[in-house]
Amino acid sequence: MSEKIKRYSGEALDSADIKEGRVPTEKFSPKVKFAWSAGIAIGRFLEELKNGRIIASTCSKCGRIMVPPRTYCENCFKPTDGWRYVKDTGTINTYSISYLAADASRLKEPILVAIVDLDGASEGMGIIHRLGEVNPKQVKFGMKVKAVWKPKEERVGAITDIKYFKPLKEEKP
Amino acid sequence: MFGKKRVAIVGAGLTLFRRRMKETGKELSYEAAKMALDAAGMEQRDIKSVVMGTAPDAFDGVHMKGEYLADGAGAYRKPYTRVFVGGGTGVFTPLAGWWHVASGQFDSCLVVAEEKMSSCYPHPQYAFTTIFDPILERPIGMNLIWIFALEMHRYMHKHGIKKEDIARVSVKNKGNAMDHPCAQIPAKITVEDVLNSEIMAWPVQRLDVSPTSDGAGALVLVSEDVAKEVTDNPVWIDGVGWCIDSTTWTNRDLYYPDYVECAARMAYKMAGIKNPPKEIDVAEPYDPFDYKELHHMEGLLLCKKGEAPKLTAEGVTQRDGDLPINPSGGLLGVGNPIAAAGLMKVCEIFWQLRGEAGKRQIPGDPRTGLAQAWGDLMQYGSVIVLRR
Repeated sequence: MSEKIKRYSGEALDSADIKEGRVPTEKFSPKVKFAWSAGIAIGRFLEELKNGRIIASTCSKCGRIMVPPRTYCENCFKPTDGWRYVKDTGTINTYSISYLAADASRLKEPILVAIVDLDGASEGMGIIHRLGEVNPKQVKFGMKVKAVWKPKEERVGAITDIKYFKPLKEEKP
Repeated sequence: MFGKKRVAIVGAGLTLFRRRMKETGKELSYEAAKMALDAAGMEQRDIKSVVMGTAPDAFDGVHMKGEYLADGAGAYRKPYTRVFVGGGTGVFTPLAGWWHVASGQFDSCLVVAEEKMSSCYPHPQYAFTTIFDPILERPIGMNLIWIFALEMHRYMHKHGIKKEDIARVSVKNKGNAMDHPCAQIPAKITVEDVLNSEIMAWPVQRLDVSPTSDGAGALVLVSEDVAKEVTDNPVWIDGVGWCIDSTTWTNRDLYYPDYVECAARMAYKMAGIKNPPKEIDVAEPYDPFDYKELHHMEGLLLCKKGEAPKLTAEGVTQRDGDLPINPSGGLLGVGNPIAAAGLMKVCEIFWQLRGEAGKRQIPGDPRTGLAQAWGDLMQYGSVIVLRR
């Protein structure tokens, strides 16, 4: 960088140097697992998903209807003071067509992922979820979508009780 | 009355950035720290405090990484702090160093940033899945690239920006990196190359993205009195700013980084900057993805919202343009060892303001420069304004 510096330190390795043992290495795979309590607000949210409903928490000071719900309003820094069901329909705020799995391996069939702003919540209150029953080319910004729920007996109180969101056919007036 | 002391940067050091290095994190930290001390004409025993920046422990599998790296960073038996604000760490580390000296508590602070991502396999991206909310987001099968894809797409939609408008950033930065001796992936490429590269998570393609890297960087920060003793050309830290937004990132409109604007306004106020595009001579906004350079130029108030692609197309952001952006080659060209990558940007502004940037030197005798980093869940901004 500086033109005054004539030599920069560092020796690059190839992944094969490690795999084939050309340089001394040590390996370790942690055997550790986690189990999280979903907490007060998200715990309630998950219980309601099991019933096929989406619940928000509300703040009487700023008037926001918030999803995912929380026990405190980060904006007013006071407890939220109400619960309200919102709809299981919403609008696509943004989306992606992903050929990457969580571990960065490549997928032949893409995952469709979107932020869905839910109807009945305050503006811009979105959740992230997958899209289904739609051709990737047909996904649009502002598209109306609806949750597709797992059958009641299969729901366990998890975000995946909603399988995905699918395009909502506009009802003719 | 308490008053802030002026803080100068008097030396910088950087290792090569590569996908995988033979050196350990400690060894990389030592190389960068020693280089910065040598450049300042100082020794480790002259240093009164040390701040280390390094990002997720999960890459190394060492869950006390600050302590682990301390000896290499020159912190042996000194006041020492490790800071971590995700991708924002690289610029936040000198900010933390700044308050050590500005408070008057120490007359010097060695600032070191290190990242060794290669230890984690099969791919460090998988370690990133642990940044997401464990209850609501991870069960969806989140990949790190998704959040960038969602943000980039929203930004494009809001302003009607095309992929080719964004690809020009990748072409420029990888080209600029051809002149950077530490660069990992410098290249002469075209907009078509970017548009034809592998689709990862639309609209993100392979050449829109910076690589994973190993590397380290360092700076020597001193008080005004020490600066006068050791150098004739100090570079002053005249503005600092940082700000965080909520991790509930799906509740925000991702087309604009408000938290970056908040951090920038804090730094500009301190530096007395009223008109950033006119008063900033050179900037190194954070560019882990090509659209992020544009997004951050807007958040830094270097142009109007949605205007950055136009300035890029017009050549304004080239090294010989009116507002050179990422003359180093950025993360897209030099590489992205997370914390070290942010600090590399501060090093670049330091060298540019001292006229020491060699082939990368921008014309026009720059006096004021800015570096910015960004991180966590689309929520963190750190900004530093330097002047000579």
